[in-house]
Amino acid sequence: MEAASHLAGGFGEPAVQSARAFRACLQALARPGRVQELAGANPPAPLSTAAGTLLLTLVDHATPLFLAPSHDLPAVRSWIAFHCGAPLVAAEAAVFALGTWEALQPCDRFDTGTPDYPDRAATLIVEMAALNPANARLTGPGIEATAAARLPDVAAFRQNRSRFPLGFDCFLTVGTAVAGLPRSTVVEAL
Amino acid sequence: MTGYTFAYLDETTKRMIRRAILKGIAVPGYQVPFASREMPMPYGWGTGGVQVTAACLTPEDRLKVIDQGADDTTNAVSIRKFFERTAGVATTTRTAEATLIQTRHRIPEEPLTEAQILVYQVPIPEPLRFLEPRESETRRMHALEEYGLMHVKLYEDIARHGAIATAYAYPVRVEGRYMMDPSPIPKFDNPKLSQNAAIQLFGAGREQRIYALPPYTDVVSLDFEDHPFEPTRAEHACALCGACDSYLDEVLTDDDGGRMFVCSDTDFCTRRRDDGHPGRRGTDPTT
Repeated sequence: MEAASHLAGGFGEPAVQSARAFRACLQALARPGRVQELAGANPPAPLSTAAGTLLLTLVDHATPLFLAPSHDLPAVRSWIAFHCGAPLVAAEAAVFALGTWEALQPCDRFDTGTPDYPDRAATLIVEMAALNPANARLTGPGIEATAAARLPDVAAFRQNRSRFPLGFDCFLTVGTAVAGLPRSTVVEAL
Repeated sequence: MTGYTFAYLDETTKRMIRRAILKGIAVPGYQVPFASREMPMPYGWGTGGVQVTAACLTPEDRLKVIDQGADDTTNAVSIRKFFERTAGVATTTRTAEATLIQTRHRIPEEPLTEAQILVYQVPIPEPLRFLEPRESETRRMHALEEYGLMHVKLYEDIARHGAIATAYAYPVRVEGRYMMDPSPIPKFDNPKLSQNAAIQLFGAGREQRIYALPPYTDVVSLDFEDHPFEPTRAEHACALCGACDSYLDEVLTDDDGGRMFVCSDTDFCTRRRDDGHPGRRGTDPTT
């Protein structure tokens, strides 16, 4: 049973579940600071439900994935190999990256796109311990006045914003919750 | 809906489109290239919008499709039927009841809410295309924020016609960065692009581009200090509902030059008539 555990934990109804999951991801990234519910996958530890669901929804053979040391474990590798089929690569070549914020450092090695193609930047899936209390004030597209969020590192996101339209985009995950932080968001410490 | 996967497209295609939409949200106004698929309808009928809608739909959605504001024209009816058959979603013609609205060339009159997504069908996504035909050049112009060419074009409009003659697909600047084509909506609708509560997604199928405006994004129509942007409409009241603040279509009614102006947004017009606002022609348009 142990050997086949990576076969379990995917979507039972992929088309419908991934559609609902995408809408949560879309709302999260389009409205920074608003936490969305994201569930459906049952991935192996230490992957959170939200991070696993996000992988099933967005990651496949066309998106090289970087596993930070916190998540570079045999169980996670084989679960991703079976359910997503994403090639595992070094951080510099990754379209998606997964791990805790500490394990993802240094974050300036991720692809931030090119001036001609800023869309070719990496997307980071950052596993958090919690999404509150807030430690940053957010302004920018998607936010009516201001929003508050818990970020793993305020200075790094300020630097990321300074490169706009280049920069990486983040999903912050814990349990079944996801928050988005696109590169367009202006971050200030609270 | 047996024989189809939910919402027609296969899962690999949807993941690809979804990734493009998310990058579009992250860089508002920037056109993200995507591997547009052939759809069972011709280019020009909304293949880009249909792919974006297919990637966004969930079974819980209530879909509204409009073509130039109308729910009952061929394009709108076909696309609505397409998703009724392939996604089994509920549909509506009421703007307030819809969770996802696919539109060709109009923004509904009724203000949108945070619970809604507006998907535009876009024929030519590149605002600079008619000024510079080379994709390699326009891409570089966006990278360098080199938008002087468009201001020259608007200036030439003024020099030639005394005013900016562009009446639809009026170019905008998003968050002070990317110049964007708002699709061929009348410039009357341009102010609704800015600070909208809904997520706005743009799909161009033939040109293989997706772009997006997150909610509450600043969108400014280009103009000059001495020639400020003006959203224009026909100086009439709707003949059916009497509205003086909606965008109007001119309809010829006979061979003797008879004409009337009616709301382009059919749902808005119907609702006003239901609420007891008869226009010049009353509630019965045939009289």
